[in-house]
Order: sequence, then structure tokens, then C-alpha cells
Amino acid sequence: MKDLVGIKELSRNEIESILNTASSFKDVLKRDIKKVPALRGKTVVNLFFEPSTRTRTSFELAEKRLSTDVLNFSVPTSSVVKGESLFDTIKTIEAYGVDFIVMRHSSSGVSHFIARNVIASVINAGDGINEHPTQALLDAFSIIEKKGSLEGLNIAIVGDILHSRVAKSNIYLLSKFGANIRLIGPPTLIPDMADHNVEVFYEMDEGLKDADVIMMLRIQMERQGKGFFPSTMEYFKNWGLDMRRLKLAKKDAIVMHPGPMNRGIEISSDVADSEQSIILEQVTNGLAVRMAVMYLLSGRG
Amino acid sequence: MPDAILIKNGHIVDPSQGIDGVGDILIKDGKIVRIVLQSDRATVTAAQSHYHTIDATGLFVLPGLVDIHAHLREPGFEYKETIKTGTMAAVKGGITSVCCMPNTNPVNDNKTVTEFILRKTYAEGSCYVYPIGAITKGQKGEELAEMAMMHEAGCVAFSDDGRPVMSSLIMRRALEYSRALNVPIISHCEDMSLSEGGVMNEGRLSAQMGLRGIPYASEDAMVARDIILSELTGGRLHIAHVSTEGSVRLIRQAKERGIKVTAETCPHYFTITEDAVKGYNTNAKVNPPLRTQRDVEAIKEGLRDGTIDVIATDHAPHHRDEKLQEFDKAPSGISGFETALSLSLRLVYEGILTMSQLVEKMAIISARILGIDAGALKVGFDADIVIVDINREFKVESEKFLSKGKNTPFEGWTLKGMPVITICKGKVYDWRQNE
Repeated sequence: MKDLVGIKELSRNEIESILNTASSFKDVLKRDIKKVPALRGKTVVNLFFEPSTRTRTSFELAEKRLSTDVLNFSVPTSSVVKGESLFDTIKTIEAYGVDFIVMRHSSSGVSHFIARNVIASVINAGDGINEHPTQALLDAFSIIEKKGSLEGLNIAIVGDILHSRVAKSNIYLLSKFGANIRLIGPPTLIPDMADHNVEVFYEMDEGLKDADVIMMLRIQMERQGKGFFPSTMEYFKNWGLDMRRLKLAKKDAIVMHPGPMNRGIEISSDVADSEQSIILEQVTNGLAVRMAVMYLLSGRG
Repeated sequence: MPDAILIKNGHIVDPSQGIDGVGDILIKDGKIVRIVLQSDRATVTAAQSHYHTIDATGLFVLPGLVDIHAHLREPGFEYKETIKTGTMAAVKGGITSVCCMPNTNPVNDNKTVTEFILRKTYAEGSCYVYPIGAITKGQKGEELAEMAMMHEAGCVAFSDDGRPVMSSLIMRRALEYSRALNVPIISHCEDMSLSEGGVMNEGRLSAQMGLRGIPYASEDAMVARDIILSELTGGRLHIAHVSTEGSVRLIRQAKERGIKVTAETCPHYFTITEDAVKGYNTNAKVNPPLRTQRDVEAIKEGLRDGTIDVIATDHAPHHRDEKLQEFDKAPSGISGFETALSLSLRLVYEGILTMSQLVEKMAIISARILGIDAGALKVGFDADIVIVDINREFKVESEKFLSKGKNTPFEGWTLKGMPVITICKGKVYDWRQNE
């Protein structure tokens, strides 16, 4: 495997091998000295064409923990604003001799396009509304940590699934592992995912019944003006997660959110800060998973 | 060109005159002077030695094709295509009359641009070019362009192709006004608000690829609107590049009710589906988008039963760099001149159309809709002829296209049946010589 462009393109075996490797790296992260020389001499460029704090920080820290040389490329100072094509930008960066290109971009399919045209390994850190594979991997890692496996779990994904690359990657991953996936949200925000063994609920209460995992998605404010839903108040009333609704799920259900959260819009504060929320653990696991991905792509695995 | 050319022993097909049989065609000074069929128990024999003879034994001899929908990109986008390269590519594809859409820069929305295109064609064109003028100034959909003056200058139809007229009122006025000129209004049917941000067909595949979809309703809704407006006004409506099952159904119903509507589709809409965009292949990005197998079947049925009158290319060349971009960003379009006839011949092999029907859809009916003297093998007409070897196979290699646009989703396909000789504007092109 040269690149990680999406979960769709991965086999169950490949996913398992990433999760197992992540487990070893998680042990490393618990040590006093968290840095390993695994990828010393390798160069990584983080190319973020969209604003990102957590994913970018997570990748950068993972890269540093692996002892790579890290190059950060930010759009406002780049030649992209001078009208250079993405293809030329990437070719220029490749000419520096980088080994990894970690890339976030607003156009779906960009990592496929770039992966086809460079020798370096491309890691998709989010492309448009297509995929965000490392997020799904860290989510799976976090669920398995709590629940032992994915098979047979009732996993509710709630919110703007249409525009969520996190939800898409999760759907592809969870369906490969035999989880029961429930998509909950307004009909305007649920795409046709019938090929991936999902059940759709417009009634949140019904969809949460006996859920083992509740994954909340961020609602983007600009969707409101586009007719996807009338107001954030109405949205929260129908598809927001509060304590009453959380009680409909299994007693030991866990609550996840890829962040950044809109408290009071898709999730109430008391739920976000509750015992059942593993939102901060997701962040820690993200590091281990991203280290694992780079380690395996380098052929060291 | 020699003074006289004799095409011997070819299978001549011209349903406009009921011709479908082996015979000879004699051409003098670029005009057809005699057609003799073997069934008439005669051949052209007189003074044969003075003729340049083309042996067409085993080959089909058809009228040069008339393409009602293409983009030649000049003026303004000469880096994509020019009238010189575009018409040369057309001739290679057996097309001898090309209608060019007005989305140039400046837009062909006034007679000066129309005249420029025709002057350029006269100087550098390898085939005939019939400009299509814009319906509205700047293709903005707000004010009618000077249709009568453009018509006088040589425009044969009007269209805001690519930028559909969203205002129903303006479309109504255009259809009404066009009656004075007896020209068709060609409508690119797309409700832009429904397809906002869309880059491929909307459906399960678009959801899976994370690409925004253009629903079939975006086309169907506008087809329905324009049919209703055509009925209201009595204007001649020609629907461009039909891509959906729903459009076929709506057009069929409209024709049954006697509304003055004609329609075209393009080879890609009856040959491939949305699957061609898998892997984010920008060469399969086209507008309207490639649809589903169900739509493909409906379009074939529409061609078979006559609902769809015409096969056009919608030749839309783009520069390589423009297609080598993010899928969202890459422009829509397929370079179609050099594959259209071969792809359409598949309909003949599949038994969906006879050769006569194919000639009707690629030459005769399009010429009739446009009101031009082309697309037929009539004595006295210019000798625009394409000679086709239906058994000859070739591999689609965009690098060998004469068009500047190498953007084809058919790269590497082996196609059966190709134009081997094109005769146009007094010149004979034998494409076998360069193989």
C-alpha cells in the first residue's frame, strides 16, 4: 500500500493491521519519552488547504513522535494564491524529495488525483465531502478499546451525514466489520448509502434505542441558510443529543464527536462532559493511529 | 482536387431520396452531378480516364455529417481549439457541417462576432461552419440578443448553451421572437438551482464518491418547462443533449401532442454511464452528466422510436492542464468529433438503428432542423461525403486526435467502423494513408 486515500479502498485486513500497530504506538505514547526513531530521515509535508487545528496538530505531533522532518505548508502564504495549479504545487513539493504528503482539501477526490501523480505516499486528511480515513480509524480504535470489537454493535451516527467526510469514512469502515449502522438526521442531510448496510431514522428517539455507540457530527452553521434545516433551535429539538435522549441508548453507551463541537446545537454540554463521553480519548488515540498509518505506509510494518 | 471524381461501387445511403444500394457518384467542380445505382442497371462509364476514381467497394458512402452542437472555442479560447483545428477534426470524424455554440469570448451575441466566425471559417476552415447565436446578451439570461441581425449575418439557431435561460419569461420571449425568423431555439435544459455545485449524476455513486450530484430532475424540470413554453408560443424548440429517461418520456409525450419539439443526444449518453467517473476521471466530467444504465436504455429506445431526432457530438475540447485538476474544478466536456460516428455505428451493429436511420439522425434531420442545404447526396449539392468502412477497427488514442482537445473518456477503446475518406469543400481526405 502506497497511499491512504480512503477507507473504501482498504480491506478488512489492512484496517486491522493499522489498528494493531496503533495499539503498540499507544503504549509508546504512555512512556516517559514518547519519541521513537522509526522514521528518522523521512520528510513529511502537511498540506492543509482548509483550516484545521486538531487534525493538523495531531498529524504534526505524530510525525514528530516518529522523528520525521516536518514541513508545514499553509495556503495563505503559498503560491496557490498566486494562481499556481494544484498539480504544479504538488510537483514542486515533490521535487524537494518528500516521502509523505498529508493533505486536506475542499475538493473530493483530490488525494486520488495527487496519489496517481506522485511517488510519495499520500495520506488523506480530509477531502471535500468524501472521506477522512484517519478519523474513522481512530474512531474504530476508540470503540474497540471500550467495547472489545465492532461486530454486532448498534452504532448511531447523528447529524449532517451528507456533508460529513467523517461519517462517510465511518460508514465504510463499520460496514466492513459487521456493525449495525443507524443514520439519524433530517432527510435533507442523509445521502443514499443503501449499499453499506445502513438503517435510516428521521426520529432520533427511535434510532437511539439500544445504541452502543452514539457518534455526533458537527452541524455547520452555513447549512441553515441553504434550506437543509430551518433553524438551529429546531435542529437541536429534533436531532440534538441531550441527557433525556442519551438515556434511550444502552446504559453503557459511549458518546463520540470528531470536534469541534457546537455545544447546545448538536450536543448539550452535560452530555459532552458526561462520564459516557470519550471525546478527549478520541484525540489521544488519533496520535497513535496516525503514527501507525505513516509507519505502515513507509514499508516498515 | 481533380476536376472530376468518381466514387465507384460503394453502398450509397441517403434516405432523404430513398437511396440505399450499391452504385457510383460522379462529382464535378465540387458538386454532385450524377448518382447511378446498380439497380438502375447502369454505371458511370463515359471518359473514365479523366476521373480521379475512388474504389468504394465494400464501403458505405454517406452524406457528410451535420453536427448541430459543437464548440469551436474561437474567438477567445484558442488554446482549447480553433476554427482551423476544430473543423479539421470534424472532417476526420466524417462531419462536414458544424454548428458552433456561442459561448466564446466575446460571446457570439452580435453580428460582428458571427461575421468574424464566418470569415475565419472561410479563410481557415476545412468544413462548413454554421454559427449558433446567443439567445441573450452575454448569455446572461436577461435581455434578448439581436437575433434577427445575427440571423441575417448567418446564425442558423439560437442557444445559451451551458448557461440555460433560467427566467421563464425570457425563454417565452425568445421562443415567441424566434417565430419571425423561423429558427429553432436550442435549449440546454438544466435548472441551475437544482444542480447547484453538482459535478456528476446524483445518486448512490455520487454519495459514495463524495461528489455533489446533479439530479435528473434538474434536466427533466426544464425540459417540461420548455415544452410548455413551446406549446404556448408556437416557437420551435430543440432540446440539446438529452441525458435522462425522464426527458425522453416528456419529449415523447410532447411529440404525441403535436408540439413543435425536436431533440438531440450525444454518443456518450448512449454509450457509457456515470461509472466512467470512478477514480475521479475528469475526462468523464461532462454536462449534463453521464447518467445510469436505465437512462442509457431509455435514450436508445428514444433513438429507435424517433423521439430523439438527432445525434450531435457536443464536441467540447479543453486543454490538458484544465482537466489535470481537482474534479470539482475541471471544466465539463468531451472532445467528440473524432469518435462520434464510430460510437454511433454501434447502434447499427446492435440493431437499434438501420444505416439509413443513422444517416437521418447524423445528417438529414439536423440539416432540416437548421434549414441548411447539407446532409444529403443530392445532384447539385456540394459534394460533402463520408466514406465509411464498417469493418475497420481502430484504437482510440487521443494523442492522435486532430482536435486540440484530448479529453475523451473513450481512451484506449477499440471501435469498429470508421470514416476512411471524407470529401469536403472540394478536397479529398484519405485517412488510411496516415496509418
